[in-house]
Amino acid sequence: MLVGRDRRARRALPLCWLALLFVMFLAAVISASANPIIIGSKKFTESYVLGEIAKRTLNDAVIPAEHRQGMGGTIILWQALQGGQIDAYPEYTGTIAQEILKTNRQLSLNEIGDALARFGVGMTKPLGFNNTYALVMRRSEAQRLGLRTISDLRKHPELKIGLTHEFLDRQDGWRPLRERYGLPQRNVIGIDHALGYAALANGSIDVKDAYSTDAKIAENDLVTLEDDLGFFPKYEAVFLFRLSMRPDAIAALRRLEGTLDEKRMIRLNLEAERTKNYTRAANLYFEDGAKSTDTMGESFPQKLARWTLRHLQLAGFSLLLSVLFGIPLGILASRGGPIGQSILGFASVVQTIPSLALLALLVPLPFFGISVRTAITALFLYGLLPIVRNTASGLQDIPRSLRESAIALGLSPIIRLWQIYLPMASRSILSGIKTSAVINIGTATLAALIGAGGLGEPILSGLNLNDHVTILEGAIPAALLALLVQWLFDLLDRVLIPKGLRI
Amino acid sequence: MSALVKLADVSKRYAGAQALHSTNLSIERGKTTLLIGPSGCGKSTLLRLMIGLIAPDSGTIAFNDLTITPTNIDSLRRRIGYVIQEGGLFPHLTARANVLLMARYLGKSQEEMQSRLMELCELTRFSDTLLSRYPVELSGGQRQRVSLMRALMLSPELLLLDEPLGALDPLVRASLQKDLKEIFARLQQTVLFVTHDLGEAIYFGDEIVLMNEGRIVQKGSASDLREKPAEPFVSEFINAQRGVVLT
Repeated sequence: MLVGRDRRARRALPLCWLALLFVMFLAAVISASANPIIIGSKKFTESYVLGEIAKRTLNDAVIPAEHRQGMGGTIILWQALQGGQIDAYPEYTGTIAQEILKTNRQLSLNEIGDALARFGVGMTKPLGFNNTYALVMRRSEAQRLGLRTISDLRKHPELKIGLTHEFLDRQDGWRPLRERYGLPQRNVIGIDHALGYAALANGSIDVKDAYSTDAKIAENDLVTLEDDLGFFPKYEAVFLFRLSMRPDAIAALRRLEGTLDEKRMIRLNLEAERTKNYTRAANLYFEDGAKSTDTMGESFPQKLARWTLRHLQLAGFSLLLSVLFGIPLGILASRGGPIGQSILGFASVVQTIPSLALLALLVPLPFFGISVRTAITALFLYGLLPIVRNTASGLQDIPRSLRESAIALGLSPIIRLWQIYLPMASRSILSGIKTSAVINIGTATLAALIGAGGLGEPILSGLNLNDHVTILEGAIPAALLALLVQWLFDLLDRVLIPKGLRI
Repeated sequence: MSALVKLADVSKRYAGAQALHSTNLSIERGKTTLLIGPSGCGKSTLLRLMIGLIAPDSGTIAFNDLTITPTNIDSLRRRIGYVIQEGGLFPHLTARANVLLMARYLGKSQEEMQSRLMELCELTRFSDTLLSRYPVELSGGQRQRVSLMRALMLSPELLLLDEPLGALDPLVRASLQKDLKEIFARLQQTVLFVTHDLGEAIYFGDEIVLMNEGRIVQKGSASDLREKPAEPFVSEFINAQRGVVLT
C-alpha cells in the first residue's frame, strides 16, 4: 500500500499527456466532417440572407454546406474564392465589372461570364433583383405630386434633396445623374444614410438615395422613382462559384436563378433586420406557397452550442500547439545563451503585435488566407510566450544543489529532465498554460473577423446591426468560458502538480 | 591497501581564481578520509571533481585505476554515493521514491529493491513508516538519513559526503555522527567526508587532509597534525578551533 502512493506521483506525467490527447480529440472533430461546400458572404444584411439561402438550398439537395457569415468586403471574398477557402458567394454584376474586372464600361452578362471563367470562376444567371442605387421619397408626397419616374422630378425644382456623401462623390452618382436628367433642384445636402431616413420622415428632405432593395424602403412606406433613362448601372445579384465545385452543387445554386424579385428581397431583408435572425429570413424564401411551420431556423441553444463548440475547437487546438511547441522551446530557452535569448525575444515580440494586426498580417500569406487555419495559427503564436517563459523560468528556478544531486546520481539527461526537472517546474509550466488558455479564449472572438466562427460571430453581427443583445449573446458566453477554463485549470493543478510540491 | 581514488596533478581554475593548485591525493580503501579547511580552501572543489560535476583543467583522476572521462562518468557515478548539506532530496518524490530512483532506473526487481530498502532503514535507524512522506514532511535529521540511504542504495564503493551535518542542530548532529561512524565501520565503507569542523574531523577521521587556499597543507592523523604541524597554518587552524576539541 505504501508502494501505491509512490506510483501515483509517477503517474502525474502520463496524465498530462491524457489531457493533451483530449484536446487533440477536440481538434479531430474539426476535420471529421467531410469537406462541406463553404458559402461566404459580405458584411451586410442582404449578403448574409443570400448566403443562408444558398446554404439551405444545398442542404435540401443533401449536399453538406457551411456558411461563413460576414467575412468582409469584395476583395476579401474574391480572394477567398480564388484561393479555395470558400466555394461560392453572392455578388452583384456592377461590383464585378467595376471592382473585380476593373472596367468602367457596362458589360453584358456574357462578357462578365467569359472574363470570370479565366479565373476559374463561374456565375449564375441573375437571381431576379437589381440592387442598385435608386432615388426614394415618401409615398404620400409622390402621390400628391404625381411623381413616378426620375424624369418627373424636373417639374418640381422646389424639392429638397438629401444624399449620402458617397453618392455625392461617386462617378455614377449625383453629378452625372443631374446632367443626364437635367435636374433643376438647387437645394441638395449631404447627410448620413440612416439619418437621411429620419429626415425624410419628418419632411426635412423630400428625396434621398437608397439601395433599391433596402428594407427601410418598405419600413418607412417610401417609393422608388423609376430610372426611366437607365442611368444607374445594373447591380444584379448573382452567385459566383468555383468552376471546380461539385456539379450537383452548381446545379443546386442555379435553381435559385430568377426566383427572387426586388419585392421579395426587400421582405427578406426586412425580416432579417427585424428579427436579427438570418436563417429565419432565408427560410421565408422557401416558404412561399408552402405551409412550413419551421420558421425559426436554428434555436438559440443550438446556435450557442455551435458557436461554443467552434470556439473551443479554435482555442483548444491552438493551445495544444502552443503546449507542444512552447514546452520544448522553454526547455531550450532555460539553457540561456544566444539561442535561449532569441527564443524568448521572438515570443515576446509576437506578443506585442496587436491580435487584429497579427490576423491581418497572416491573411495575405499563401498558406493561410481566410480560414480556420489562420485563426488557429494566430492564436497559437499568441499562446506561445506564457508557456515558453514559464517553462524556462520554472526550470531555471530549480536550485543548483538539486540539479547536481540528479547528475551525481548518474541519471541520464533525458531521465533527469523527465523525472526530476519537469515535475519540479510543473507548477510554473501549468500556470503558463493556464494564462495561455485564458488569453486564447478571449482572443478567439476575433477569429469571426476572418470567418472562422466561434463566439465572435454574434459579437460581430451585433456590432454590424448595432444590436446590443446579439453582442451579449457572444460576449457573455465567452467571458463565462474563460472563467470556466480558469477554474478547470485550478482543478488540473491538483492532479498534475506532484503532491510533494503542494504540501 | 591500494588506493581507490587517485588524483594526479589535478588543478582547477574558476574565472580569475585558482580554486585548486596542482594536487596529488590518494583515497585508501575502507578508510574514512576527512577533508578539512576554512571556507574557499578548495575542499568542495576536490569533491565535485571526483563525482564529475566539474572537469579538471589539468591532471587525471582515476577510480579503481580507471581514468574518469566524460564517457564513463555516468557508470562510475553509480559506484559512488553523494550526500550534500541540504540532503539534495527531490521535493516531488517521497522518501521511498528518492531512495529507489536510481535502482528503478536500472530496472532492479521489486523484491530486491524492497529488501535493500528494509536493510537500509535498519542501518540508518529510519522508521519505514516514514517512507511514504515527502521531504517537506521530514525533519532535517530524517532528511539526511534518507539522503544517506539514497547514496548507499546501490552499495557504492565510495561515499562522498559534503558537509552532510552542517545544517543540523547540535543534538541531532551528535546522534547522527554516532550512527554514521557505526555505519561506516559496519560496511567497511570507503568514505571521503568534507567538513570545516575540526571536532567532527577528529571524531571520524582515520586520515585527515587539511587544505588551505587551493592546496593540501598536511595529510595525517589528528595527532600528526597537532604534534608535527607541516607549517604554521596547521597550528593556527587547530588552535582556532581548540575550544571545541574536547579529546
